[in-house]
Amino acid sequence: MSKERKMTITIPREEYMSPGHLACQGCGASLAMRLALKGLGQKTIVCIPACCWAVIDGPFPHSSLDIPIYHCAFETAASSASGVRAGLDMVGDTETTVLAWAGDGGTFDIGLQALSGAAERNDDIVYTCYDNEAYMNTGIQRSSATPIGAWTTTTPVKHYKKERKKDIIGIMAAHGLPYIATASVAYPEDMVKKFRKAREIRGTRFIHVFAPCPAGWKSRPEDTVKLARLAVQTGYFPLFEIENGERWTLNLKVKERKPIAEYLKLQGRFRHLKEDEITLIQQEVDARWEKILKNCGL
Amino acid sequence: MSKKKEARKITFESEKEMPVAPMSLGSMLYNKTGAWRNIKPVIDLSRCIKCGICWKFCPDASIDIVDDWPQINYVYCKGCGLCAEECPQKCIAMVEEEK
Ligand SMILES: Cc1ncc(C[n+]2csc(CCOP(=O)(O)OP(=O)(O)O)c2C)c(N)n1
Ligand code: SF4
Ligand code: SF4
Ligand SMILES: [Mg+2]
Repeated sequence: MSKERKMTITIPREEYMSPGHLACQGCGASLAMRLALKGLGQKTIVCIPACCWAVIDGPFPHSSLDIPIYHCAFETAASSASGVRAGLDMVGDTETTVLAWAGDGGTFDIGLQALSGAAERNDDIVYTCYDNEAYMNTGIQRSSATPIGAWTTTTPVKHYKKERKKDIIGIMAAHGLPYIATASVAYPEDMVKKFRKAREIRGTRFIHVFAPCPAGWKSRPEDTVKLARLAVQTGYFPLFEIENGERWTLNLKVKERKPIAEYLKLQGRFRHLKEDEITLIQQEVDARWEKILKNCGL
Repeated sequence: MSKKKEARKITFESEKEMPVAPMSLGSMLYNKTGAWRNIKPVIDLSRCIKCGICWKFCPDASIDIVDDWPQINYVYCKGCGLCAEECPQKCIAMVEEEK
């Protein structure tokens, strides 16, 4: 029909991630990498610790990424990136962006001290946590990023997770970083913009990316973007930035937040929850949303 | 796109051929993930409004823009169905793969 109409292109056309990679069908983490690299561009080197992405990329000597990758130990995403940065500085390369790309286990749990160290030194790296809310690569074990109420193989239905998700943004904000942002695969323009912005800032930048995982969340692969969008629309995962440790900006003002039940019911990992438990989760989400609004001066 | 992007699997005849430091020498394009698919997306271009949404969200970078139209790359599309779900025109059908 619209022969004359031009294709609407709202994010860069260049691809730095090729097809043929090993992620599951509908993997949010793979979409996250595709979008992040559109923002960061070719002059990027990435450090990837043990996580799904260490597998997704492909086996040696192959890689689905068009940028150099340094595979490092589980707890060392940040320290490896700091080291790569120091090496580049020594050869006078100030142009290349060093990206640390870790899962939530590698960030909230085992990699936290390395990340805190790099942040305290304000090392010149872009640290990204793609958050699929559990240890997916090893078979869906709970992490401290797993939300309250969720099933995982180590928090079975009878003993579903009772602890709330660790406030990683609060921890990183306390380090007074030059740039912190949340991003979502359901909002590619916002996400690409944030990575592009992070590229131009010096010091430690921290980006928390929400990346649904059909295999671990027991959701339909086609619902990945829908779930990421609902996470934002319910206020479960708000999109915001923190500059210089203090200036909070809400990027997407959700006027009427959707009930959290809409988000939960699309995922098998929450299927066991009863109404009163969902009400408690709703209260958690409301409280955190209010806190973020307040921080943003709204 | 760099020239290393060939759909070729790299093998080494002997240890001597291996690079001193482990580094990637080739892409993953040899891995034709289209074989994973049970259902495949088929775009009805007569109803397509060229919004670019299917292209934008493909986790496998398997929708190309060819002559300014979206085109599924069946060599790699894993059949996740995300494009069909997100298409505002609902003009992408997921049809059973004949095998
Ligand atoms: C020191 C160490 N402990 C445990 C492991 C095993 N391991 C590999 S990946 C992984 C889980 C990673 O979880 P996360 O960081 O959330 O990434 P995801 O797999 O979910 O993408 C674990 C426990 C390891 N590689 N190294
Ligand atoms: S387990 Fe989840 S995060 Fe890992 S590749 Fe599969 S969908 Fe992606
Ligand atoms: S999402 Fe649908 S309408 Fe939009 S470009 Fe793709 S096929 Fe066309
Ligand atoms: Mg994880």
